[in-house]
This record gives sequence, structure tokens and C-alpha cells, in this order.
Amino acid sequence: MSLLALDPLTLLKAMPGNIAQGIIWGIMAIGVYMTFRLLRFSDLTVDGSFTAGGATAVVLITSGVPAPIAMLAAFGAGILCGLCTGVLHTLFGIPDILAGILTQIAMYSVNLRIMGGKANQVVSVDKYTLVVTMRKIPMTIAVAGGICVALCLILYWFFGTELGSAIRATGTNPSMSKAQGINISVMKVLTLALSNGLVALSGAMLAQYQGFADVNMGRGAIVIGLAAVIIGEVIGEALLGKKLNFLGHLLFVAVGGILYYVVIGVVLWLKMPPNDLKLFTAAVVAVFLAVPYLRAKSRNSYKRAAKKGVQENE
Amino acid sequence: MSDTSQSMLELINIHKTFNKGTINERPALRGVSLKLSPGDFCTIIGGNGAGKSTMLNAIAGVWPVDEGAIYIDSENITGYPEHKRAVLLGRVFQDPMTGTAATMQIDENLALAARRGNRRGLSWGITRTETEIYQELLRSLELGLEDRMTSKVGLLSGGQRQALTLLMATLKKPRLLLLDEHTAALDPKTAAKVLELTRQFVEKDSLTALMVTHNMKDAIRMGNRLIMMHEGQIIYDVSGEEKKNLHVSDLMEKFNAASEGTFANDRMLLS
Repeated sequence: MSLLALDPLTLLKAMPGNIAQGIIWGIMAIGVYMTFRLLRFSDLTVDGSFTAGGATAVVLITSGVPAPIAMLAAFGAGILCGLCTGVLHTLFGIPDILAGILTQIAMYSVNLRIMGGKANQVVSVDKYTLVVTMRKIPMTIAVAGGICVALCLILYWFFGTELGSAIRATGTNPSMSKAQGINISVMKVLTLALSNGLVALSGAMLAQYQGFADVNMGRGAIVIGLAAVIIGEVIGEALLGKKLNFLGHLLFVAVGGILYYVVIGVVLWLKMPPNDLKLFTAAVVAVFLAVPYLRAKSRNSYKRAAKKGVQENE
Repeated sequence: MSDTSQSMLELINIHKTFNKGTINERPALRGVSLKLSPGDFCTIIGGNGAGKSTMLNAIAGVWPVDEGAIYIDSENITGYPEHKRAVLLGRVFQDPMTGTAATMQIDENLALAARRGNRRGLSWGITRTETEIYQELLRSLELGLEDRMTSKVGLLSGGQRQALTLLMATLKKPRLLLLDEHTAALDPKTAAKVLELTRQFVEKDSLTALMVTHNMKDAIRMGNRLIMMHEGQIIYDVSGEEKKNLHVSDLMEKFNAASEGTFANDRMLLS
């Protein structure tokens, strides 16, 4: 295969679609950011709640409910998923990762039930008025982008309130939070609920965008969410450095989602088999997680200390 | 029922055993009773494993006690979880990392502490008037923190963090201030500074305080009362003039008599 066989025009044509999808996943990533970074809780519920959002929205829209209301209902479905994980963790003492996996697995069955026992459900843009759709990509970018920025602003406000500050404190220092009278169990459940609400909202948007909900649409969502969070942070810190405030963090997480899908667009254009996408995603996340660690380690390694010690004493 | 109206803290026959029913079973508190009057500043000494920190944790509600009752200002708090007791208590820990939120700013940490025990709602987490008050309070610490209000607490030194924790613990006047070896992790100069701040804060608001320390000189110098613990019990309780006239050698004697010379290592730690 020669590189000359690649047509830059196809890449250019595919880009708007990638950006639209990236924004939708960016909203999902903001939900992941809330648990992963603010609460320091590795929440694997999202694979289930993302699908739950998509399934709920599609089933409601096809039964005649207006799309925006269906999206609100999807948000509610996500909240319930988060509550479930939160209760398993705080009330029953199940470790964070396991609590999330339990909800995620349970949601597979629940999602099938939501979709009336079928593995997927179609929602056609010809029959229903949808909020976002791949048929109208510029509109989708505008609407999804608007929703995304609005959510960032709302979250920026929320995490500045007394309640939001208490959540941030819970994530960074549980002992201190308890000593300051914060009920950390309540904070955890609340954050998980809100986070999964956002994830489900994103799922509801993706289902409309692609025209169907599928029981497997959320598989690996957590990895894509983490990819967006990490890519967004790296880029944000590289561009803004110390000027990157909390609002900037949120916006750059969404940007991370967009960049992720742009990269996916490029590797697909480079004729990587679509089946290898998940492998590629996992590798990207692993590299981005490993680089800061390895960098710190190389600055501070035994080997280097030994070498230096030898040189100085010879 | 004993009369609790006159006391700020009353512990009645507190028992706590860790890992009950296992091979690691360890009785940590064995019938501790203690009564503090409002304004009492009581220092606590004793060897490792004597139950000093355990007693403070029992009061703070880190876990429920096995037996006994805890009253603060006539309120029975024995059944309250840790976050619910926080409204009554100010706490400073041994580890400077424990008392503050590293990823949050100095002013944000203070704002969290100012709302200790309040319902936390959707009003803004920190107001402008508050910020000005905090700046003045930080200036009084004389650590230059008043110019770094928006710095992340994780960037501060251990001593600065401990001074900030002390300020946070007393920002909203607590019924009882719990100091758990709060200078043990600091270098001698910083420890002296934090101890001096402790004295100032306690005096300014006439706080009731419990301070665990390994330093016998500090235990004698600070406060109006001193208790010694050994194997989960209070074995010595002294206050007023008698305490002022104590010498480290007196305490060593008491300590050796109690431990019957079996804790040679503790003696080294205490000297």
C-alpha cells in the first residue's frame, strides 16, 4: 500500500463527522472527569450508563416523546445507574472498580429490557425530529457544541458552590473532609449520579446521531472517556500551563474528545482495520497514562543515581 | 447518670478493643473516664500504644466505642458518626497532609472549614468578605501565606500546612480542640512556632483543648492540666499549681513506676 493511494480529500470530508462525534463523546468524558479526577473514583459504570442513555432515548423518541424530553429521561436513567454504584460502594463496602463493574453487567440485561428484548433499536431522522444527527453535521456540531459549553459552565458554577467544594474536598482528602463535617458517602453517591447522568445524556445524543441504540454501544466507553480526559489535560497544560483554570480543564476534556475522534479519523483514513480500533484506543490511553510516570521516574531513577555516584567518585 | 452540665467534655468508662475475636485482638482503651471544664487545656503523654491517639479518635468518632459514653457540652455524642461530631470539634493531626486538601487553594480550604457543620448548599463556596477576613487571619500566622491565598495547599511546607490546619480547626470556634501530636512531624524550630500559635489560638478564644505530645517539656509547659496514659488507662492526672511545678524527672518516675521498667524503648522515646 502506498501513501499516494490515500486521498486527502476523503480525510477532509470525514473530519466534520469526527468532530461532531468527538463533541458528543466529550460530554461523556466530562462525566468521567468528575469521577476519575475530582472524586478519584475509577467508575466503570459508564459502559452501562452510556448504553442506558441511548436505549432510553431511542425507545422514548420512537414512542412519540419529543427528543429533548427523551434526553432528560436518559439523564435520569444515568443518575439511577450512578446511584446504584454509589450505594453498592458506600452502603455495602464494595470496592469502587467492582461496584462499577457490577452495575455495568447488570445494566446489560436492563438495557436489553429497555429496548424490549432487542439488541438494537432504530430511530430514523426521517420519522422523528432529532436533536443531533449525522445527516446534518453542521447543525449537530452547533447543537452538541452548545450543549457541551453550557454543561461546562454549569459544572464550573456547581463545583464552585459549597456543595461542589465539598465534593472536591472529598476526592482529594476524605479524612480532612470528615473532620470538616462533610458526609463523604453522600458526596460520592451524588457525584456518581451526576457523572453517570452526563454519560447517559451523551449516550442519548450518540444514539440519535448514528440513528440507533445498540446494547453494545457503550462497550469500552470508559476507555474513550479516559482517553479524552488525559489527551485534553495534556494539550490544555501544554497550551495554557498554569493559566489552565477549572473551566479550562472542563473545556479541554471536551476538546480531548474531539482530538481523539480526529485521530481515529486519521488512522481509519490510513486504512487501519476498524476492528483494531479498540486495541489502538487502549494503547493510546496506556501510553498517555504511562508517559508522565516514566518521565518522573527517569528524572528520579536508581540507575541514574548509581551512574552519577560512580562518575563522581572515580 | 453523672452531672455533665459543668463539663465541656466528659468521657465515661470508654472501652475499645481492636480486632476483637481475632489473633490480633488488642485492647486499646480500658475504662477511660475524663472530665474537662470549659477552658481546660489538657496535655496527654504516655508511651507508644498507651491509647493517647485512640482516645482522641474515640472522641472524634473515627469509629464507634465498644462501651461507655461521650458527652460534649452536655450533648451525648456517643452515637454520632464522625462528620456529625465535626460541628463540635476542631482537629489537627500528626501528619500535616491529613488536615488540609492539597489540590485546593488556601482560601478554599479555609472556606471549607468556616462551614464546618453547616449544610452545604448551592450558594457560592467562598464570599469576598470572607476572603478579606482570611487574609487578615493568615497575616497573623506570620508565614507569608496572606499573599498566597490562591496557591494550592499542596505547595506549602509541612509547618505551613500544620499552621493552616490549626487556623482551620479554630476558624469556627470548636467546643473542643483535639491536637494529636500535631508538632511531631515538624523540625524543632517549626514545631515551636506551631506550638506558640496553638497557645495563642487557645488563649484568644478560651478554647477547651486536648493535646497529645511525646515531648514532656511541652506537656508541662502548655495548658493547665496533664494526664498520663498507660495501657489504655489514665494513670496520672495533675492540674493547677501542682502541674506547673512538675519536672520531666517527675514524669519519668511516674512513667517508670507504671511500666515497671518493661518499656525501655519508650523511655528513650520520651526523654
